[in-house]
Formats: sequence, structure tokens, C-alpha cells
Amino acid sequence: MSEYLYKYLRTEVFPTPFCPGCGHGILMGAILRAVDELNLDFQKVVFVSGIGCGAWIPSPHFRADTLHTLHGRPVAYATGVKKMNPELNVVVISGDGDLAAIGGNHLIHAARRNVPITVICANNNIYGMTGGQLSPTTPKNSKTMTTMTGNPEEAFDLCKLVKSCGAKYVVRYTVFHTKPLIKAIKTALSANQFAFIDVISPCPTQYGRRNQLLTLFDMYSDIKTRVVHYNSLKELKPEELSGKIIIGEYYDEN
Amino acid sequence: MKTIVKSLLAPRKYFMQGNIACAEGALAAGCRYYAGYPITPSSEIMEHLSKRLPEVGGVFMQMEDEIASICSMIGAAWTGAKVMTATSGPGFSLMLEGIGYAVMTETPCVIVDVQRAGPATGQATKPAQGDIMQARWGAHGDYRIIALAPWSVQEMYDLTITAFNLSEKYRVPTILLADEVVAHLKESFVVKPEIEIYNRDQTITKTPFGTEEEDGVPPMPCFGQGAQLLITGSTHNEYGIRKVADPDVHERLVLRLCKKIDNHKKDICLTEKYYTDDAEYLFVAYGITARSSYAVIQELQKSQVKAGLLRYLTIWPFDEETLINCAQKSRVVFVPEMNQGQLILEIKRVLPDKKVVGISKTRGEAIYPSDIIKVFREHYE
Repeated sequence: MSEYLYKYLRTEVFPTPFCPGCGHGILMGAILRAVDELNLDFQKVVFVSGIGCGAWIPSPHFRADTLHTLHGRPVAYATGVKKMNPELNVVVISGDGDLAAIGGNHLIHAARRNVPITVICANNNIYGMTGGQLSPTTPKNSKTMTTMTGNPEEAFDLCKLVKSCGAKYVVRYTVFHTKPLIKAIKTALSANQFAFIDVISPCPTQYGRRNQLLTLFDMYSDIKTRVVHYNSLKELKPEELSGKIIIGEYYDEN
Repeated sequence: MKTIVKSLLAPRKYFMQGNIACAEGALAAGCRYYAGYPITPSSEIMEHLSKRLPEVGGVFMQMEDEIASICSMIGAAWTGAKVMTATSGPGFSLMLEGIGYAVMTETPCVIVDVQRAGPATGQATKPAQGDIMQARWGAHGDYRIIALAPWSVQEMYDLTITAFNLSEKYRVPTILLADEVVAHLKESFVVKPEIEIYNRDQTITKTPFGTEEEDGVPPMPCFGQGAQLLITGSTHNEYGIRKVADPDVHERLVLRLCKKIDNHKKDICLTEKYYTDDAEYLFVAYGITARSSYAVIQELQKSQVKAGLLRYLTIWPFDEETLINCAQKSRVVFVPEMNQGQLILEIKRVLPDKKVVGISKTRGEAIYPSDIIKVFREHYE
């Protein structure tokens, strides 16, 4: 982490708990860079997180108000914070299992209500902290601790999901698209409406090693070959989209 | 901080339903955030607050379920607001993890559980007192909460205010354990011109989760003050930093959470005694069941039977001392409950040498004085 960002961090709790090759540190940096570029008053930002690796990005690292909540419930907590004190900038940072499986109901209802919060999904397609089990965003056929012969289920496209629930600003990038990711976080933090950012983050430890992607470089290469920009979707046939990661802003279909 | 405030409602006599009185009590106590999910027999509380909260500058949220309700309420509490939710058995079951979180993070909040007949969906809207032990032990782990049981519309108002005061003072979730009869009862009650309320200490401190006193309650800053709060349901030190692998930190935290309730029982425990000084037949009851018991002891007193009533307004923490004092001369202790015997377990524990007789009813009906008299006659000598 660049030293100019240390003012936002409780450096006394370093090192971070993230494994070698984990993308969450890059996401952490992207969020702080967005905050810095916007010149946000960090003491008026409340970071709410659930349970899991992604939830540890803000708590205890961010030198702001942080609310580390129950598994799956950060969006519900954030709703209470924002509704009671609209002057606070409320940001949820949590993982795909937390936000989309156990917390899926809160996510879709917050999108429907247009609660003016930013939800950032640190999406590593796996339950990292509990040992690498299937998550709702694990790609089909992937191996996990609970699908050793390959995941038979379809994965959620969280952007499509929240978009269909009425979310106003929806975007996906990977942690390797740092510049557009920072720009997206800045847009979300300034939006004053429900904003959802799906951030694909590599997990070599739990996802990679069971799917022949042993190093960060292998995971990076895999993600790179699968990324398709939203704007170029029309050029692709439906069968060519299988297994792809669609990045960019999710606009209204019409 | 204790202060005296003017009542929101004009001081006079009102004729109201218990649930509405509860909602008005919450507003009087300073509640400004309510999140809930519809469920009988508690729904009138949220319906009333949906109208009244915006009138007093508060926020009302109908959430997607009871889990979201309690979680959003806890979030709102950390903005400095007094918060409440209300539910009944099935919803209360869903809220238990959140109650445990509120205990661990020392978040003041009030949960109204208007008990109905269970298990499961049971007899929706029919009365019961089946959540007594669930209120005490329902969440996982080792903890203490406060639970109060009103027996009248007056107490639906008064004890809701008390619930807020205790919750703010001890930074602990406080449960108003009502029952369907009291909640749907309509009767007159009095609103006094002034009420005493307690507001949490919001002093900004570096240690919002620990104090020098081992049974103390630390001040609670709120979001946006620059306190850089670290709030977590995981084991944490006095600064809020997670220390899940440190046995000393865990022990110190959990013991303080328990002691801050246990060591302040004299302040928290409310009971009422009727003819208990020489009671040979002691009735111990709470909620609407105490009201039936009260009718019974009045009748027995007329017949020169030395019958008394000890009524628990505070059920949890359980006041052992008062029970021991009241039961000194009693030959039989009767415990009427709209369940198959829950608080009686405590009473038998505290009075191991006494004859303790339960009077149970599990029919989705109140226990009538005639039900109590019937059992009393079997044991009257």
C-alpha cells in the first residue's frame, strides 16, 4: 500500500490477513484511492461488512467508523445507518457468499428500495475463510471443497440481479482493472443512490489450487482471457459468452 | 444520563389498546427508529409507529424480514438513535442471532415480543407465554439480557419506557415480553405530564468496549463523530479490535457483559408484592397470568386464606432474593403460566425445599381465575 494512503489505515493492525495472491488488498487500495481522489471526509464514511475475507477489508483496517456485522446482514445494518443518518456516506464491503447467498434477500431489497448506499462485492467466487466451499458465484464446473467433481449449478450474475431489482448504478471490474475500478468507486460514492460494484478478485489459495490455477499469475491469465467488456457484447454470440466475465457499467437494456 | 422530559401525549387518561400504548411509550422514551416485519399479534405497534414516527422526526422502516429488522435497528442505534422492533414468536426466533450481536456489541435496543401460541406458526394471534426461556437463552453463547413482562395497558406504556431506560443505561438489548392478551387489551391508562428517561453516555472515548470497572458500562460514541469506531460481533478488546484467539480478552469481555447485569440486579429487577408477608399460599406470576392470580388472591383473602402474590415485572435477570423472602412462610408456591412450565424451573431452583406447583395452560387461552382456583383446591389444607 502506498504510504500516502496510510492516513486512512490502522497501520498498527498490519499485516493484513490476506493470503499471498489474494486480490482483496488491491481492492482495499482502490477504495482508499477513490476516497482520496474525492477528498471525502473519512470520518463521515461508515464501512459496513459481513463475515468472510472480503468483510475484513475495512474492519479493522480502515481508520473510519466500521461495523463488522453478522454473516449476510451488512446491507440490512447499512440500511438502518443510512436511513437514520442520511449525512453519512455508507459503504458495504463484503464477499460473494455473504452478499449473494445468506444475504441475497437484503441485497435485492436494498436495490429495490434504492437505499443510497454503495455495495462493493469482493467477489472471489468461493467461500475463502471457511475453507473453499461453493459460493453462488462459483463458475459452473469449477471444483470446490463441496463440488469436488465440478459445480453442477449455474452461477449468479450479481450485476444482472441487482439491475433487475432497480439498482441505479451497477458496474463490474476485476481487481486488475484498477483505474476504471477506482473511477467506478468514485462514481458510486458520489451517486447518493443505490450503487453496486462487483469486483472479481482472485483467490489462489482456495479457488485457484483446486482449479489448476496455482499462482496469482495463473489466475490473472485466466481472468484476462475471460474478460469481455459490456460494450462489445453485441459482437459475441450467446455460446461465446459461456464462462465470460462481463465488465463495465451495466446500462439499462432499452 | 437521567433526565426528565415532557410526555409526548397530552397528560390525561386515555382508552387504548396495549400495542398502541406500547408504541406511544416508545415515542415518549425517545425512540426515533423502528424497523419491523408484520406479524400478529404485534402488528398494531408497527402500524401505529408508521404514522407517528414521521410526525416526531423519526424513521419507520418495514423491512423484508425480521432478521433485516433487527439488523437495521442495530445499525441505526449506532447513529445515536433509540431504536425498537416488535414481533411475535416466529419472528423472535429469527431475531435471536441479532440479539446476540447486540449483546456482544453492547448496542442499546428494545425488542417487543408479543407472545403467541407455538411452536412454529402455532396458533397465530392466540395468547401464550412460551418464549420465557427463549428470551433468556435463545441466542447462542454465554450472555445476559433484560426482559420485562407487562400486565396491563398502563404497563405496556410504562414498561416500554423502562425497557428503553435500562437498555440505554446498561447498553444491553431489552425485551418487552408481552402476551397477546395484554397487547390486544383495551383499557384506560394515565399519561403523566413528565417522565424520567435515560440517555446513553455518548462521550467520545478510545475504549468504547471496556472500562476500568469490571462490571462497568463504557460510554458509547456514535457514527460520524470521528470516534473511528470498530464495532464487531467477534471477541474484541476494549478498543473494538478483534482478538478471537486471546483467552484473556474473551474471558474479560464475556464476564463483564454478564456482571454488568448480574451486579446491578437491585436497579434492574422490578417486582410487586401483594399480601406476601404472611402468605401460606404464594402465587408467583407475570404478565396477564398475574392478573388472574391477583383476582384469585383477592377472593382467597376474603375467605381468610393467607394467599399472596409475587409478581415479576422484570423476569430476566431473575430476582432470587425477593422470591426467597416472600416464600418464607409459604406451604405451597403456585406458578401459573401459559406454557408447560418455564419460569417454574427458576422458582424450583431457588426454592429447592418448597412444594412448588405449576398451573399450566396450553390452549391458546388466558389462564382464568377458575383454572387457578381448581388447582389451588387440590393443594389446600
